[in-house]
Amino acid sequence: MTMPAQAMTMPATQTSNVVLEARDIVKELGHGAGKVRALKGVSLSLNAGELTLLMGPSGSGKTTLLSILGCILTPTQGSLVVAGQPTAGLNPEQLAVLRRKHVGFIFQSYNLFPTLTAEENVRVALDVRHQRGSEAIVRAQRALQQVGLRHKLKSYPANMSGGEQQRVAVARALVGAPAVMLADEPTAALDSENGLAVMQLLSEIARDKSRAVLAVTHDPRTVPFANRVLRIEDGLIVGEERRTEGVETVHELARNRKRKANA
Amino acid sequence: MTFTQAFRNLFYDRIRLVVTLVGILFSIVLVAVQLGLYLGARTMIISMIEQADGDLWVMAYGTKNFEEAQPIPAREKFAALSTPGVAKAIPLITSFTDWRKPTGGSTLVVVIGAEAEDNGLRPWNVIEGDVSGLGARDAVMIDKTYLAELGVNGVGDTAQVGASRVRITGLTEGIRSFTVTPYIFTTLSRARSLLDMPVDKITYVLAKLEPGADIEVVRRQISQKVPDSEVLTRDEFRQRSLDHWLFATGAGVALIGGAILGLVVGTVIVAQTLYSSTKDHLNEFATLRALGSSSGYIHKVILTQAGLAAVLGYMLGMTIALTIVYLSEHTALPIVMTPALAALLLALTVAMCAISALSAIGKVMRIDPAMVFNR
Repeated sequence: MTMPAQAMTMPATQTSNVVLEARDIVKELGHGAGKVRALKGVSLSLNAGELTLLMGPSGSGKTTLLSILGCILTPTQGSLVVAGQPTAGLNPEQLAVLRRKHVGFIFQSYNLFPTLTAEENVRVALDVRHQRGSEAIVRAQRALQQVGLRHKLKSYPANMSGGEQQRVAVARALVGAPAVMLADEPTAALDSENGLAVMQLLSEIARDKSRAVLAVTHDPRTVPFANRVLRIEDGLIVGEERRTEGVETVHELARNRKRKANA
Repeated sequence: MTFTQAFRNLFYDRIRLVVTLVGILFSIVLVAVQLGLYLGARTMIISMIEQADGDLWVMAYGTKNFEEAQPIPAREKFAALSTPGVAKAIPLITSFTDWRKPTGGSTLVVVIGAEAEDNGLRPWNVIEGDVSGLGARDAVMIDKTYLAELGVNGVGDTAQVGASRVRITGLTEGIRSFTVTPYIFTTLSRARSLLDMPVDKITYVLAKLEPGADIEVVRRQISQKVPDSEVLTRDEFRQRSLDHWLFATGAGVALIGGAILGLVVGTVIVAQTLYSSTKDHLNEFATLRALGSSSGYIHKVILTQAGLAAVLGYMLGMTIALTIVYLSEHTALPIVMTPALAALLLALTVAMCAISALSAIGKVMRIDPAMVFNR
């Protein structure tokens, strides 16, 4: 179900389970003659219990928007509220506090620490939150179990496949129980099978009614897993698709594909 | 986890670790040797003043150090002795002269003459013979370090000093001169004879004060009685000797300069390798920042890495430095290592590594956390 672009730029403030709300976000990058307006007034909201995809061509402003929603970059104009906390006027240290309390990141290249094991990589996310000791170890192990890597606790990233590394990154984002999980091209570096498995994982994580998941992607294979798809072009949200027919599982997806192929 | 991350970062690149440790090690050894030589020099310069049993020293005006003193009238001894508060006034003779080796050739020596029974300045660390043996005919005592230089083998050997014959009756260990000129201990009268010094001349008067006597009052009173001489406390004479040898001659400045150079070179090497290591791990630091770590957390990782390098480098450096200290123990210029110097070296190493870490921290603080999306 595709709605007009104009309507899609309005935030869904009326929704009670909104965990992130951005309004009229403008971001200018560069200086002087090289200044570029990467975002030209983006408004969106992320709802708990939903996996939202942000799709668009290269240079459309996807990653810039993700950086702002994750409190890594600050907008030139506009407002952002994360987990009920406005970000306006916060300094870099206060933004870091907001990130560690409410935001989890998954990166395209996983960004795991090559010198740490899978378990240690996950524990780092707890360590920056001052959560240490045996409880942190248990939580890290549980998070890895949740992503199906209980058997890889002591493995180093170099000894893991891309899919496994990305699942460690998901566990690292998940372990801090953030209200918002932001994924930057989570399937871009993975083959089809691993990409679908990671998307399946993200859609399961998004079923948690206290958490919203946003994934930036240009991979059309990821669409069946989403509750909502936002399309961005030239720094503006130009469309939103709410997938009312429901989210498919990997098995359903495979079955549907087979059916389409046979037809 | 900061320790684990720092430890793994440090050991991840073995070649860089070796370069870092070599930098620290080089710095520590250089500083230890330079400061150890400085301490050794200090000990040698003041050893006679420390060992002499005198609270006040009466000497020729402008005397700069123990060895290079001009004669003063022998009557100064009585002037000192007649001053209230002085318990004992001990005459001392010292001067340079030639030692003719039995094997041929000659070398400069410093003859020190004092009566053994006065307990003014007796040889110490005696390893062979006895101080009382100095009363025997032609008797002298020397340090075993200088046996080869003096062309003798040990007790019983004879040599010629000035026009007189001397016989070695005892050996000491560790009494070395900063000028590398051997000390020859003998009696007051024999020293006078060896140095051809008139009977009405001596070099120093050591004044031993009575318990409770005010040293400043006594010094003033003695000074009034010996207007042609100078009266210094032990501390003043010690400081004047140190100032002369270590700073007026530039020897100490050279040693301290060498130590500073070692620190600078070490800091540059460690800073360079730490900066380079941090640069290699920049994306990881950006990831930490994106995960919400505070600046302090990242500083802690870098400083821990620097601290680990410091401790490892210190242990290796000290092992080599202590070996050098051991090997220099019986040479004319021993290198001294004290617990205080070891602690100072540790503090300097940690400080050096902490300063080196600043450049790495500066680099990390300038990173844009958004770079995590650009890989």
